[in-house]
Amino acid sequence: MSPSQPDTGVKTGQHAAEAPALMVRARELRKAYGDFEAVRGIDVDVRPGEAFGFLGPNGAGKSSTMRMIAAVSPPSGGDLRVLGMDPATQGPEIRSRIGVCPQEDTLDNELNVRDNLVVYGRYFGIPRKEVAERADELLSFVQLADRAKAKVEDLSGGMKRRLTIARSLVNRPDLLLLDEPTTGLDPQARHLLWDRLFRLKQQGVTLVLTTHYMDEAEQLCDRLVVMDAGRIVAEGSPLELIREHSTREVAELRFGVGEHGALAEKVADLAERVEVLPDRLLLYTSDGEEALARVHERGLSPVAFLVRRSTLEDVFLRLTGRTLVD
Amino acid sequence: MSDVATTPRRIGRLDLVGRQLDYWVTVYKRTWRGSAVSSFVMPLLYVTAMGVLLGGFIEQDPSTLEGATTYLAFVAPGLVAAHAMQTATGETMWPVMAMIKWSRTYYAMTATPLRPSDIVAAQLLFVTFRVATACGVFLLVLAAFGVFASPGGLLLAWLAQILIGLAFATVFFAFSAILKNESGFAIVYRLVVIPQFLFSGAFFPIGNLPPTLEWLARLTPLWHGVDLTRMLLLGTVDLPLALVHVAYLGALTVLGWWFAASRLTKRLAL
Repeated sequence: MSPSQPDTGVKTGQHAAEAPALMVRARELRKAYGDFEAVRGIDVDVRPGEAFGFLGPNGAGKSSTMRMIAAVSPPSGGDLRVLGMDPATQGPEIRSRIGVCPQEDTLDNELNVRDNLVVYGRYFGIPRKEVAERADELLSFVQLADRAKAKVEDLSGGMKRRLTIARSLVNRPDLLLLDEPTTGLDPQARHLLWDRLFRLKQQGVTLVLTTHYMDEAEQLCDRLVVMDAGRIVAEGSPLELIREHSTREVAELRFGVGEHGALAEKVADLAERVEVLPDRLLLYTSDGEEALARVHERGLSPVAFLVRRSTLEDVFLRLTGRTLVD
Repeated sequence: MSDVATTPRRIGRLDLVGRQLDYWVTVYKRTWRGSAVSSFVMPLLYVTAMGVLLGGFIEQDPSTLEGATTYLAFVAPGLVAAHAMQTATGETMWPVMAMIKWSRTYYAMTATPLRPSDIVAAQLLFVTFRVATACGVFLLVLAAFGVFASPGGLLLAWLAQILIGLAFATVFFAFSAILKNESGFAIVYRLVVIPQFLFSGAFFPIGNLPPTLEWLARLTPLWHGVDLTRMLLLGTVDLPLALVHVAYLGALTVLGWWFAASRLTKRLAL
């Protein structure tokens, strides 16, 4: 987290007069597809230089929100300003200053790796000579310089995603939108990608990303909102959210198949809260080891157990009654 | 970040369309060899087979051939116009659906300053280029066979091919932007493209059709294109009728263009 960033802690509405200083400002933002309401009135402020996340399960409305911010999908209601402009009337002007890394790859398989960047850069009106220089710089940045002439089809999933990120940076955006940037990547590829995103953030690029991985949200986001069924159910830094909505530690107990429901009652008094999942019990407590010891004292012997710190996954479970990754 | 609130200069339509030049040049570099066969070799085969060889068997009173003195001179303008239609429809069916559904290229493009209407404009310009080159070569081949009345007529016939191409390309672009999957193309190809190719006066005067079918043929865009091309190439221009042809094809182009842009906008906005 950048120390130079003022910690305004603004919730919503308070500083409406200073709205243009926000990268994204949404009020009562809605998106409906026919009868289905994907986004049901959300307020969002994204400040310059921060990494802001939308955390939620599939179908929470994250991608719909991202497409509205990217000025490609018109809002069905509410007010939206991106870089101080109205997406409905200033789409091209907004899009020339943002970078978009979509959830599904839209790389051109018919072009080689470098040409994907060059052709895309031309859409921003960047002169040919300059776009060629930027393409080479960006390929080095995402560690694909040795693949410049390769076909996109021959790249691994992680490489394609890095190329997509490079492509989204070709116009040197002030605001970078990343929709599920690491979904489907192996751990090594994810860490490489996260490292590149950290570097961008250090350069002052504002990041807005969606994810259904809590570890990604914890790693990357200064601030995030938790979305569920088209609404924002919580907002804050990862630490604040955990502090506010969960306990310090969690004891996880695994018993035999089908026993968890009945056993939950026997340990209910050992924790502030007990969650029953199909494959385990979660005991929310400030001292996990202590709770575990008491469980054993009662003659209960779980097949497996562990004590860990609370994560955003627990926050989400608490707020929605459901797990993030289904 | 202090410029966050400043309102930037509006980006103009021409600028946004021009930015797509490099994409289409790249596409053309990759595909021109394949398209050269269908665009340049096929017409030559058609003219030889239908015009020269089949035409050799046809001994018709020239008065029944709408001003042509030989069957070759009659059929050749029809083949050019039909070729304009085939090139335009071929470029706006599968390629458009591919860019929506398979390569998703349009989605990459709309993440940049380009709007769907800019994308439609640039792609239609590319189709125009394809029609202009394919039919241009075709017309030069025909000129070599002696099928032209005047250089001015040849030039106007070439421009007419661009209009025919645009009339079909815009309408088919709109259709492809609506279509959920590619099975619709086979139906349209069989029920719209091929029947027009065969019955819109390219191969025989539509006066030979039963009256009802003749009127139906007169309503098809291709008949207007064929008749216009034939007038210009043979130097038998009936000005009022020629203007009707131009107006019909022009109206189709304007409507189709507007429809294509609005449908693609809707399709990509989801």
